[in-house]
Amino acid sequence: MSQLAELETTDLMPDDDRAALAPEQSGIGEVSQTRLMIRRFRKSKLAVISGIILIIMYLGAVFAPFLSPNDPAQVDANYKFSKPSHLTLNGGPGICQVKQVIDPVTISSHYVTDCNNAIPLRFFGRGFEYKLFGLIPTDRHLVTVDKGKLLLFGADSQGRDIASRMVYGSRVSMTIGVLGVIIATILGSVIGTVSGYVRGPTDTVIQRVIEIIMSIPQLPLWATMAAVMPPNMSVTGRYFLMTIILSLVTWTGLARQVRGKVMSYANADYVNAAKSAGSSGSRIVLTHLVPNAASHIVAVSMLAVPTAILAETALSFLGIGMLDPAISWGVLLQDASKIDVLQQYPWVLIPALAVILCVTCFQLLGDGVRDAVDPYS
Amino acid sequence: MLVFIIRRLAYAVLTVVAVSFIAFFIIELAPGSALTEEFARLRAQGAEVSGAQIEAMEKQYGINDPWIVKYWKWVSGLAHGNMGQSFLYHEPVSQLIGSRLALSVALSFGAIIVAWAIAIPVGVFSATHRYTIPDYIITVIQFVGVAIPEFLLALGVMVAAVKWFGLQVGGLFDTQYLNAPWSMARFGDMVSHLWMPLAVIAVGSTAWLTRVMRANLFDVLGQQYVQTARAKGVPERRVIWKHAVRNALHPLVMTFGTTLGALISGEAIVSIVFALPTTGQALVQTLISKDTYVAATLLTLLSVLLVVGNLISDIALAWIDPRVKVTD
Repeated sequence: MSQLAELETTDLMPDDDRAALAPEQSGIGEVSQTRLMIRRFRKSKLAVISGIILIIMYLGAVFAPFLSPNDPAQVDANYKFSKPSHLTLNGGPGICQVKQVIDPVTISSHYVTDCNNAIPLRFFGRGFEYKLFGLIPTDRHLVTVDKGKLLLFGADSQGRDIASRMVYGSRVSMTIGVLGVIIATILGSVIGTVSGYVRGPTDTVIQRVIEIIMSIPQLPLWATMAAVMPPNMSVTGRYFLMTIILSLVTWTGLARQVRGKVMSYANADYVNAAKSAGSSGSRIVLTHLVPNAASHIVAVSMLAVPTAILAETALSFLGIGMLDPAISWGVLLQDASKIDVLQQYPWVLIPALAVILCVTCFQLLGDGVRDAVDPYS
Repeated sequence: MLVFIIRRLAYAVLTVVAVSFIAFFIIELAPGSALTEEFARLRAQGAEVSGAQIEAMEKQYGINDPWIVKYWKWVSGLAHGNMGQSFLYHEPVSQLIGSRLALSVALSFGAIIVAWAIAIPVGVFSATHRYTIPDYIITVIQFVGVAIPEFLLALGVMVAAVKWFGLQVGGLFDTQYLNAPWSMARFGDMVSHLWMPLAVIAVGSTAWLTRVMRANLFDVLGQQYVQTARAKGVPERRVIWKHAVRNALHPLVMTFGTTLGALISGEAIVSIVFALPTTGQALVQTLISKDTYVAATLLTLLSVLLVVGNLISDIALAWIDPRVKVTD
């Protein structure tokens, strides 16, 4: 009956009023929670820009071999600590030639830059062979030179191209922290939910364990765990152990946050309603508590990523995280650990810019997501 | 209150015991024993190490004992201040630690004072001038401050100091004061070596605390009693400093533990770059050279530092904030 009545009233309405009543046109009460979050997220310009920069950086990691002019592992004694190539527009984009000149009197060698006979930059030229996406064999690179070596950011202590190594390094440095946090999120969510929902002695025990782990300073704890890894491990083995080591400390903070959320939801009316309707504990947890806490969990874990990335960099820098055959930003920065090297060849510090950019972007992005997800916290 | 303090003390002691178990457990996970590395060192020096010698040394150090026995030996030595010999430094660990611990404490707590002294006024400014150009600038600086790893900042500062200011950096003393007796000049020299690492350690926490302060104060400014104060006609300056800031400070005391933890971590890595003889620096050195038992001792000591810091903040919070239940 009522449906019929509604139909009649709408029939009497003018056309544009009816349009306003149609569900897809209404602006009120129709916006989903997700859409609201996206809308709030878009408002923070810094977070959006950071997200875009990070996407570009990850694309760079995927296309690392294409973007690198030189093989990042190629050792070349002739280019030891060589300066960044001098770019010139003299006769099209190119790099200046560098010639070693031996003084006939003192027999000391020095380098002379000659920009008149520049070596042209070749776009999409041929370089070292690689497999794109690990599948398609090719030897095309974004930019190469025919003669000499294109060293945009100079070379390291073994004559390896810092720019190429930086691009390759993002593969390890930008994933190890994220993977570690993902593992930590899973651990933290499960343990936090159990702790917050079951309560009683289980909760007490879990909270005490978290307190104990938290009363060890983070970096020294990470360093100690990383240092007991056997030194002769493979690169991949080390990589996975590092993610686990990172997560073993990070989960504690996440578990606390999740527990807090679960506890506050566990007394909500809808949970009591579900309980009185006879829902099982696992059903309440999985269909009511976890989905409600999900956005909060995502926000909190995103804010844990920068710390994890910095931890990997710091440990590798100290020589107890990733080790040399592996390429990560921390490993690259090991060259910069000696003050005299740093003073003479300041370009070894360039990879630091990548670390700072990446971590700042993750911070800003995480902050934006947190503000979008929990505007009231 | 007394019961509260005693209870907290008991918790702290239990925590330290648990931490020592964890530290020992991690160290025991390492392949080989504490002696493997020492044998390698002796061999590298050209010494013959026979099977009998290995056996004798293993027996002396109790390498093949069950781990609980080893733990007991280690921890009872620790409790008596007898921490054994360091293979790396070839001196008793207790001697090694004394001055280092003092320096670590001085650096960590000094950095906390610096961080608070800067973070509170800047945070207040940022919260009261939200979404203005200076606030945006402060926000960006904060994010970069948090994002620059301490070791990079330390490297940058060192290069700048040497290159543009011609300062001698690294270490605790200039060479001329290295073995000199204590005097005002020597003390002055030490201070001139310490302020830079101290500043570097404090940067990250300052940035983070500024953010915390800004968020707290902003929350408090939205509360009704602040509105009431304004409605009464209390001058804005008084509203902010007397009514709002006071209540925004509690979370700062609460996060004391987190801050201190971050500072202890920072102290470890910055000390390595600046070559300062601190506990954290010794920890990383012993870890790299696989001087494992000493590393476990140092890790436990750093945790004691953090636990004591937390204890102080718990008691301070109960003291300044009557809402904290003392019976907890």
